[in-house]
Amino acid sequence: MSENTTAAPAKIRITDSTLRDGSHAMAHRFTEEQVRGVVHALDRAGVEVIEVTHGDGLGGSSFNYGFSLEDDIKLVAAAVDEATSARIAVLLLPGLGTVEDLKRAHGAGASVARIATHCTEADVSLQHFAAARELGMETVGFLMLSHRIGPAELARQARIMVDGGAQCVYVVDSAGALVLGEAQARISALVAEIGHEAQVGFHGHQNLSLGVANSVLAAQNGARQIDGALCALGAGAGNAPTEVLAATFDRLGIPTGVDVQGALAAAEDVVKPFLHRLPFADRSAITQGHAGVYSSFLLHAERAAERYGVPAHEILQRVGQAGYVGGQEDMIIDVALQLVAERERAA
Amino acid sequence: MSTLTAAIVGPGNIGTDLLVKLLRGGAVQVHSMVGVDPASDGLARARALGVEASAGGVDWLLAQDTLPDLVFEATSAKAHLANAPRYAEAGIKAIDLTPAAAGPFVCPPVNLDGLADAPNLNMITCGGQATIPIVHAVSSVVPVAYAEIVASIASRSAGPGTRANIDEFTQTTARAIESVGGAGRGKAIIILNPVDPPMIMRDTVFCAIPADADTDAVAESIHAMVAEVAAYVPGYTLRADPQFDAPREEWYGHARVAVFLEVRGNGDYLPPWAGNLDIMTAAAARVGERLALGKVTT
Repeated sequence: MSENTTAAPAKIRITDSTLRDGSHAMAHRFTEEQVRGVVHALDRAGVEVIEVTHGDGLGGSSFNYGFSLEDDIKLVAAAVDEATSARIAVLLLPGLGTVEDLKRAHGAGASVARIATHCTEADVSLQHFAAARELGMETVGFLMLSHRIGPAELARQARIMVDGGAQCVYVVDSAGALVLGEAQARISALVAEIGHEAQVGFHGHQNLSLGVANSVLAAQNGARQIDGALCALGAGAGNAPTEVLAATFDRLGIPTGVDVQGALAAAEDVVKPFLHRLPFADRSAITQGHAGVYSSFLLHAERAAERYGVPAHEILQRVGQAGYVGGQEDMIIDVALQLVAERERAA
Repeated sequence: MSTLTAAIVGPGNIGTDLLVKLLRGGAVQVHSMVGVDPASDGLARARALGVEASAGGVDWLLAQDTLPDLVFEATSAKAHLANAPRYAEAGIKAIDLTPAAAGPFVCPPVNLDGLADAPNLNMITCGGQATIPIVHAVSSVVPVAYAEIVASIASRSAGPGTRANIDEFTQTTARAIESVGGAGRGKAIIILNPVDPPMIMRDTVFCAIPADADTDAVAESIHAMVAEVAAYVPGYTLRADPQFDAPREEWYGHARVAVFLEVRGNGDYLPPWAGNLDIMTAAAARVGERLALGKVTT
C-alpha cells in the first residue's frame, strides 16, 4: 500500500459514528426518528459507512453503561432501511457483546463489523472476527486506548487482529490523549506492519482538541479510514467532527467522497437541534485527555459526582491513576466511594 | 471422619492450586494428579508434594486397582466432554472446573444441597462463583427481575482458552445468574485489565429490585452471604456497603442495589491478584470437602 508521494492523495473513507460514539453523549437514548434523520442526511452527503449501536457496542444496554431507549437491532434495521448507498456498521466489544449479537445485527442488515478490544488484548477478538467473516461482513479492528502502549507493541496487536480476519485496524484514541506525533508514530507503525494486507484507520477524540489534527496526520501517514461524528457528538469532549473532517480534507485535496455542504447541513440542521449539550472540552474532559482516561467515563463520573458529592475531575484523575480500561464504568462508583471514605476519615 | 479420595486431572496452574488447597484441607484425600505430558511441571510439582502423578491420562487413572471417589477436572471443556462418560461409567463423581457444563451448575453456598447424588457437577465460571452468591442473597429477600455482573480480572490471569472463547464466559455466567442466582434475566460482562502490577479481581453485582424493597433486609442478606463465601475464600470482601439507588424510568421503574466486591487470591500456588482462579479452586475444594464430610443432602 505504499504510495508514490507525487501521485494524487489516496482516498480516505470517513466512517460516521454519531449514532454510536454519540450514543454516549446522548446517554444511549437515541430515538428511531433521530436515527433515521441522521442516516438520511449522512447518506445524502455521501458518507459511505455509518455506525449505529449503543455507545459500548452490541449488548451494551445495561446498568453499567446505561440502558438504551430503543433496542440496538431495531435501530440498525431502521438505519439500513433509511440508507440508499451508505452501509451500516456495528461495534462489538468482546466480553460484553457476543457472536449471537453480531448475527442478529447482520440479520438486521448491518454489513460492517467493528470489533473493539483494549489495545493489549487483541486476542479476545478472534472468535468475533471469524464469525463476522463467515457472515460475509467487512471487518474492522479497534485497538482502544492506543496511547497506553508504544507504536511497536500496538503494531503487534494489530497483527493479531489481521491474522484473525480484520481487514482494517484502527488506532483508537479513546482518551483523546495522543498528541500529534504520538498519533503519527502509531499510524506509521501499523502501516508498516499490516499495510500490505489490511488498511489502517484512526479514531480521534477532542479532549485535547486534537481530534482533527491527529486525523490529518493519520491520513498523511497512510491511514485510509477515519472516524468522525456530526457536531463532534461523542464521549468526552466529543469526536473529530465529521463536518470539519470533510471540510479539512477537501482543503487538503484529499478525496473522501463526502459533500462538504451536505455534511455541514447534516450537523447544523439534523443533529444540533436535538442535542442537550454540545460536546465541550471542559475541566473533566481535558482531565481525561491529560490523564489518559477512557472518554465515555465522563457522564458516569458526572453522575457519580452528583450522587456522592465528590468532584468529577477528581474521580477521573483517580481512575486514570488506577489504569482502568474501557468497560470498567463500575469502578467509577467504587472510586467515588473511596473518595467519600477518605474525606470522612480526614474530617 | 469419613473421607473421600480424589484425583485431579489437569496438572496446570488450576490443578496445582487446587492440589495445594486439598492437601491443606485434609477432608479429601488426594489419590493422584493426572496429565498427558511426561515433561509437565505440574506433575513434577505434585510428586514433590508426595502425590502420585502420572502422564498416562484418564486411561491410566481408570486402570488403577483402586479408583478415586471423585475426580476434579481442570483440563478443557472438550477434554471433559470426552472424559465425563468414562468417569460416570466407572462410578466416579466429577467436579468440573471447565466450561463444559455436562452436569448441573453448582455454587457451594447457594445450591450444593440436593446435589449429593449428581454424577457430575459444573463449577460455572470464576465470575459466576464470585457473584452468584450475591444475586442469590438479594433474590432470597426480594424479587430480582434482572441481575448484571461485571468481572474485572488481570490480563495475566486470563489463559488462552478463556481468550479464544470469551463468549462462553458471558453466556454461561448469564445463564447461571438466572438458574442458580434466581434472577429473572441475567447478564455478565468480563473485562481484562493489563495494568502492572496486576489488579486484584473485582466484581460488581447490580440487581434490579422493587421500588419498595426493604433495603435493610437486602443489605443484611448480602453481608451474611459475604461472610459465608469468605469462609472458603478468605480474600472475598466488600469494598463498600451495598449501594441502593432510587427507581429510575430508564431502569424500567426498578430500584437498584449495587455490590462492589474484591476477590484477593489466597496465594496458594497462584499469585494473590489471580482471585478469579483462586475462587474457582476454592469453590471446587469446598464442594469436595462438603461431600467428604457428608454435609450435602441428596
